[in-house]
Amino acid sequence: MKDSGYTIIVKGLVTQNPVLVLTLGMCPTLATTTSALNGMSMGLATLLVLLGSNIVVSLLKNIISDKIRIPAYVVVIATFVSVIDMLIHANFPALHESLGIFIPLIVVNCIVLGRAEAFASKNNVFRSALDGLAMGLGFTLALTLLGVIRELLGSGKIFGLVIYSEHYGALLFVLAPGAFITLGFLISFLNKLKKTLTLKGNKNHL
Amino acid sequence: MKRLKSNFLNMFLVLSGITLIAAYTLTSVYLHTKDTIQKSLLTKQLSDVNSVLPAHASVDTLPVVIKEGDENLKVYRAYDSTGNIVGAAVESSSNNGYKSRIDIMVGFDRSGRIINYNVLKHDETLGLGSLMQNWFRTGKSSILDRNICNCNLSVSKDGGDIDAITAATISSRAFLFAVRNAYFAFTSHVETVSKVQQSKSDSTMNVIESISKINKYVPKTR
Repeated sequence: MKDSGYTIIVKGLVTQNPVLVLTLGMCPTLATTTSALNGMSMGLATLLVLLGSNIVVSLLKNIISDKIRIPAYVVVIATFVSVIDMLIHANFPALHESLGIFIPLIVVNCIVLGRAEAFASKNNVFRSALDGLAMGLGFTLALTLLGVIRELLGSGKIFGLVIYSEHYGALLFVLAPGAFITLGFLISFLNKLKKTLTLKGNKNHL
Repeated sequence: MKRLKSNFLNMFLVLSGITLIAAYTLTSVYLHTKDTIQKSLLTKQLSDVNSVLPAHASVDTLPVVIKEGDENLKVYRAYDSTGNIVGAAVESSSNNGYKSRIDIMVGFDRSGRIINYNVLKHDETLGLGSLMQNWFRTGKSSILDRNICNCNLSVSKDGGDIDAITAATISSRAFLFAVRNAYFAFTSHVETVSKVQQSKSDSTMNVIESISKINKYVPKTR
């Protein structure tokens, strides 16, 4: 049985969240979330790539034979990434500088190829676009959340807005270990939440 | 519609088709964004240059490039309304940072006094080396208003006059190395030009005399 549109969205955002449940695409997740804005922009760039590649792969799914599907998908994804890289460079130079190498690296983000292979190559255009959007939003949401927590604890700001003096910030959270710690806590929190919800759901059934 | 079979002709045609369309898309987007990207790079460069210079009317759009070891130093000269040099901004760098390369922009006035500086690019440890953008502006660690003629721009640990960033001596050394290199580029170029342009004023003499003194501080090779 195929998922309804609603299920696709819930899966992308929560139950199969790319970062917090599937743990795909960890490299940009850990490296670019030093601030909320960086995390969100990285998420949005990935969302655009996911949306575009899912639509194109789904359109081409019948003419791409099995043996060449991986190279074909990679070319499609790489094209979208390069286009978005150039557009960001032209329109938001400051953002381009702060994200740096991580935009070209969206090409090798497992979540993009993963969705092309697992979803878009088996579903119609509308559903694939919805899936790309939902997965992209889930990715953006998780990255923004990570960025907000790390920026707040590390430098006392949220989206550059000063909450408390930077002197009291725990530098650890801006550095790499802080990314792992925050991600770990977020995942455990989501797991706990899911468990509680499932238990409640079962009670209602009984 | 059934999926196509994996025979040679199908695979060849489909992959060629996809790559051709990809190439066309990339080329058109590249041509479309090329000018804007170029323009934004130029604007950034101009604002970097202007932010470190003393009051001026115009500035070189193309820098004078000076090779010093492995580094390419770019000197942007600034002029007043009558065309006299009022100072210069020098883009300098050091490969000796704690993690990697440090790129800075230093502005000098005519006498070689440091007006302002700006760290363009660095990858130093956050909270330690990364403090250099503001560290060298106040108190005993300030390089502003200093002139190598009468000041040794190295960290106090090495017998210099500048206090290093606490717990980031390597970053500080690299930063000051780039500043000294910038000064070297400034004197070796700007003063020779302005010497021709103007009769030797006291300040010019002062700087020219001290070039030999400076060169002692500048490590030619690392």
